[in-house]
Amino acid sequence: MDFTEDQITRYSRHILLQDVGVEGQEKIKAGKVLIIGAGGLGAPVAFYLAAAGLGTIGIIDGDVVDLSNLQRQIIHFTADVNKPKVLSAKEKINQLNPDVKVNIYQELFTSENAFDIITDYDFIVDGTDNFPVKFLINDACVLAGKPFSHGGILRFEGQTFTHTPGNACYRCLFNSPPPPNAVPTCSQAGVLGAIAGMLGTIQAAEVLKYFTGVGELLTNRLLSFNAKTMDFRTIRTKRSGRCPVCGEHPTVTTLIDYEQTACDLASHRKDKR
Amino acid sequence: MATYNLDITKEHCPMTFVKTKIELSKLRTGDILNVKLSEGEALENVPKSAAEQGFNVLSVTETGTKGIYNVEIEK
Repeated sequence: MDFTEDQITRYSRHILLQDVGVEGQEKIKAGKVLIIGAGGLGAPVAFYLAAAGLGTIGIIDGDVVDLSNLQRQIIHFTADVNKPKVLSAKEKINQLNPDVKVNIYQELFTSENAFDIITDYDFIVDGTDNFPVKFLINDACVLAGKPFSHGGILRFEGQTFTHTPGNACYRCLFNSPPPPNAVPTCSQAGVLGAIAGMLGTIQAAEVLKYFTGVGELLTNRLLSFNAKTMDFRTIRTKRSGRCPVCGEHPTVTTLIDYEQTACDLASHRKDKR
Repeated sequence: MATYNLDITKEHCPMTFVKTKIELSKLRTGDILNVKLSEGEALENVPKSAAEQGFNVLSVTETGTKGIYNVEIEK
């Protein structure tokens, strides 16, 4: 136990919890998490993990902050417009908690860099806004044996689940990316800003549960909510023997960069959720 | 089995129990921690919280100083 007096005070509300305590706080301190996307989901995830005293946070994002991001991407401030998102996020994390080591990657997450980057982390958080990268994160994590939290939001709805090795993956639930014409276009893809906070904080809680071993993770369950009615439900899922990446006869054995629509690509530069 | 001492008479809630937990985390099972604390909030809460979180509160006794108590907790 090598917490300073300031750290004891800072983390006192964790230490008080019977399920966390000093031992749990030490596990949080030892944790290394990669957040893919410093946007609507990545922002609250980064904030809560930093506040919690997570030891190492990696953030990958190739975008710069756009004015239209600020409605939901709460780690970026007005003065950060045009600044690389990873830099903006790192500055806020350091201000919130100087104990946290922050690694930044100002690039897109691709089949080329995926394995090299995730290898240094214990847990991966999907904070992306498009299907090709969600499938890439799933495949990279399953093939590398890394746990991850899936998260997705649109309009008033959100969904999330947690994958750990041996349990259901994204492809067990959704075989392959939807055809581009089935995906909402930019003009259809609004989102209530607070939804990003709702979903992202669930993901952050899953990360903290993973490291402390508290409770039951959202494995083999898909949590979805609709903020219009505030109905939350969890749908039981299970690993599929026919899953193309973790099933009995996998067809996905290397990483694939699925094609993105022009709208997705534009959104990567300008308007990442 | 060893005995340790902790003075939390200058702490306020919830740091009274936080400091107690920190100290207990350093002990081995079966070790004893004598916690010196003040009457009022600390006396009401620390023994109760310790018991709730699975520690064995062996005794609560007033010390020679009025209003200052010793709580004997076994890990």
